[in-house]
Amino acid sequence: MSSKDKTWKELGIAAVCYRPSVGFMTGDWKTYMPIRDLEKCTTCLTCVMLCPEDAIRFRPEHGKIEFDLGFCKGCGICANECPTKAITMKLPEDEE
Amino acid sequence: MTTQEWKFTAKDMAIKPDLFTSGHRACAGCAPAAVLRLVMKATRGPTIVTQATGCMEIVGSIYPYTSWNLPWLHTAFENAAANAAGIDAAIKIMQKKGKMSKEHIDIIALAGDGGTLDIGLQALSGAVERGHDFLFVLYDNEGYMNTGIQRSSSTPLGASTTTSPAGSVIPGKLETKKPITEIMLAHGMEYVATATPYYWKDLLTKVRKGLEVEGPAFLHVFAPCPRGWRSEPSKSMEYSKLAVESCIFPIWEAVNGIRQLSTPSKILQLAPQKKKPVKAYLEGQGRFRHLFLPKNSHVIDQIQSLTDARWAKLLKQCETATN
Amino acid sequence: MTAKVIKQETTGMNGDEAIAFAVKQCDVDVVAAYPITPQTIIVEKFSEYVANGEVQTEFVCTESEHSAMTASLAASATGARVFTASASAGLALMHEMLFVTSGSRTPVVMAVANRALSSPLNIHGDQSDSMAERDSGWIQMYVENAQEAYDTTIQAFKIAEELDVSLPALVGLDGFTISHTLENVNTLSDDAVKAFVGERKYPMVTTHEGKQVPFKLDPANPMTMGPNVAPAFYFEFKRQQEEAMRNALIKIREINAEYAKISGRSYGNGLIDAHKLDDAEVAIVVVGSTAGTLKVIVDELRSEGVKAGLLRIRTFRPFPAEEIKNALKNVKVVAVMDKSMAPGAQTGTVFSEVRNALFDLKQRPLTTSIIFGLGGRDTAPRDLRKIYEDLMKAARVGQVDSLVRYLGLKE
Repeated sequence: MSSKDKTWKELGIAAVCYRPSVGFMTGDWKTYMPIRDLEKCTTCLTCVMLCPEDAIRFRPEHGKIEFDLGFCKGCGICANECPTKAITMKLPEDEE
Repeated sequence: MTTQEWKFTAKDMAIKPDLFTSGHRACAGCAPAAVLRLVMKATRGPTIVTQATGCMEIVGSIYPYTSWNLPWLHTAFENAAANAAGIDAAIKIMQKKGKMSKEHIDIIALAGDGGTLDIGLQALSGAVERGHDFLFVLYDNEGYMNTGIQRSSSTPLGASTTTSPAGSVIPGKLETKKPITEIMLAHGMEYVATATPYYWKDLLTKVRKGLEVEGPAFLHVFAPCPRGWRSEPSKSMEYSKLAVESCIFPIWEAVNGIRQLSTPSKILQLAPQKKKPVKAYLEGQGRFRHLFLPKNSHVIDQIQSLTDARWAKLLKQCETATN
Repeated sequence: MTAKVIKQETTGMNGDEAIAFAVKQCDVDVVAAYPITPQTIIVEKFSEYVANGEVQTEFVCTESEHSAMTASLAASATGARVFTASASAGLALMHEMLFVTSGSRTPVVMAVANRALSSPLNIHGDQSDSMAERDSGWIQMYVENAQEAYDTTIQAFKIAEELDVSLPALVGLDGFTISHTLENVNTLSDDAVKAFVGERKYPMVTTHEGKQVPFKLDPANPMTMGPNVAPAFYFEFKRQQEEAMRNALIKIREINAEYAKISGRSYGNGLIDAHKLDDAEVAIVVVGSTAGTLKVIVDELRSEGVKAGLLRIRTFRPFPAEEIKNALKNVKVVAVMDKSMAPGAQTGTVFSEVRNALFDLKQRPLTTSIIFGLGGRDTAPRDLRKIYEDLMKAARVGQVDSLVRYLGLKE
């Protein structure tokens, strides 16, 4: 049964949220997607800090940044702010 | 208040789990959403967040989903500070009576410019006067964006909104921005500061300092809204940098009323030639597009002279502080 | 029952003081309030308790009633037991937050010293203020005198905090008539009240972490309170509130009986308080202090052989429709007195609801609506006696004079 079908008897009181939003993917909102150039990336992490979506993750074990395209809305802030221009915004079909 | 400076390194902060998480429904390029992420990164321990009605309240709590990984309360629009007051009172007495663990709990109240400068001002003033222990964070996107881009008292001179539209006779908003930080300083607050997300380390440090205060603290964060400002989503951080570089939104902090410029603004004081004209900030934002018509050029001049005057006044206020 | 009744002290107190005293005994954590006549004595008296260290309560003097209700809600959401008080314009300013408080299921208790609403400005007693909030989702109980104000305040915390209720509760006392009038009030010991009310309990909820935890803001168990709820879910939460009100109907009766065991005092069945109604031919239905005078008149009429009766509605929300229907089913003519006005509705608010409750009876009493006492207009015993006389006449002729009457109006 989907949560939308829960009856008034089944729902908890006062509308306390029972699902984390990390279960709500926003990645399909995007038109452009970010493409990284790891050769240019200095892992300054500006993109990680300025992303409104927490859609860029720093993996210390690899020393690399990774995009979480499941949440990236394609705003392009990362590309605009990258000091070494290591990120570019492209249409997905151009990438294929 | 301690004078400790916190070192928020990018590597530490990047791996610190977000408390305002992915899956929120803010528009692409939303600076306020980035501000919320950053503010929460600066928390230091158990924290309760309360938020006024507005874009950022809606996008993070669309039932049954929540983006908040800490206790969070929303009740209405005009009362974020009164929520904080009630939470503060409850914690104080319940800890005293042993009904709650004695561990310190920080309280953060979040509101937009409507929920702070307009409808929320009374509750904010009252809660600050009573000295409740909370940090009030204003994310200022300069208008009522949630209801479809109406003017607020924080909307700047000349901006076109749906209730201050640029028409054939009236060139956008005729009034200037309400000086909210001056109002808060007049309350005699221990800590008042301004910040923008572009300078994120500065923002995190200011959040932490505000939390350290035992009593009310106020943080005014500049937060571009690409929908409301009719600007490119990718430029939200750029505008939050240009606002500082043009002295439209200087960043500073006042500890016990002693005001000091923060580094990005301090640089402009030391090297005035680096100060950018307001045009550099205004152009590209659709809400100011009409100002670039020849008949409205006087408004840009007016914005420039107001900005210069405010900047000069601020430099004096900071000088007085350091001398 | 009397065997277990606790020894009590008798003190001269007005209604406001009696409420402040009750709040003092209920181990209230937070009081957030703003002064307004005729409630102010409550917060003044309580401030004295705070200043003298007689209570362990955080007292927040807010800058408005809107913030008073907000802070009350937020403190309650944080787990505290909370009390506030207001009246008239103050209650009206809280209007928005009354709905948020009930929707948030936070069991705040509020005393309302009932007072007229502006305009014109008037500080005197009528019930327009809380009657205007009848749909705000608050339990509403109205008292007859200072003693009941004391007793009901204590009961209100217990009712509101019942797990299957979890609703805010309002105790209405007529402005000045009760709030400012000195009466003998019997009070229980602090320990007896504390034991009766008990510690605050919390319903369990499931959070986004999948945990079942007590419903309160707690850093150990993060939860999101007050989210944005779309059409797919909103309706269900409103239905839950109605169910909580249905549960309150049961709890109010139980707690009224339980309280009688320790105090020796009960108020009808907690919902309605009938006086000589069993064989009554004519009856008046009323809310609040007017019932005190009416009881004396009923007794007088009874001694003269007139079968008069009285029904005082003690609990207006949840509305005890079934109880009212049963209490009035054998009465020939009923007058319902409203100390408030609903302009444009033609009749009074309480009248409408009482008549609605009577609709399913096979043999319905005749009914008439009486608007009275607005803005503190005095109602003399002879006016009340006249109502019964008119009702007797209506019973004889089988018809009431008019649907609505304005008692004491200069016309």
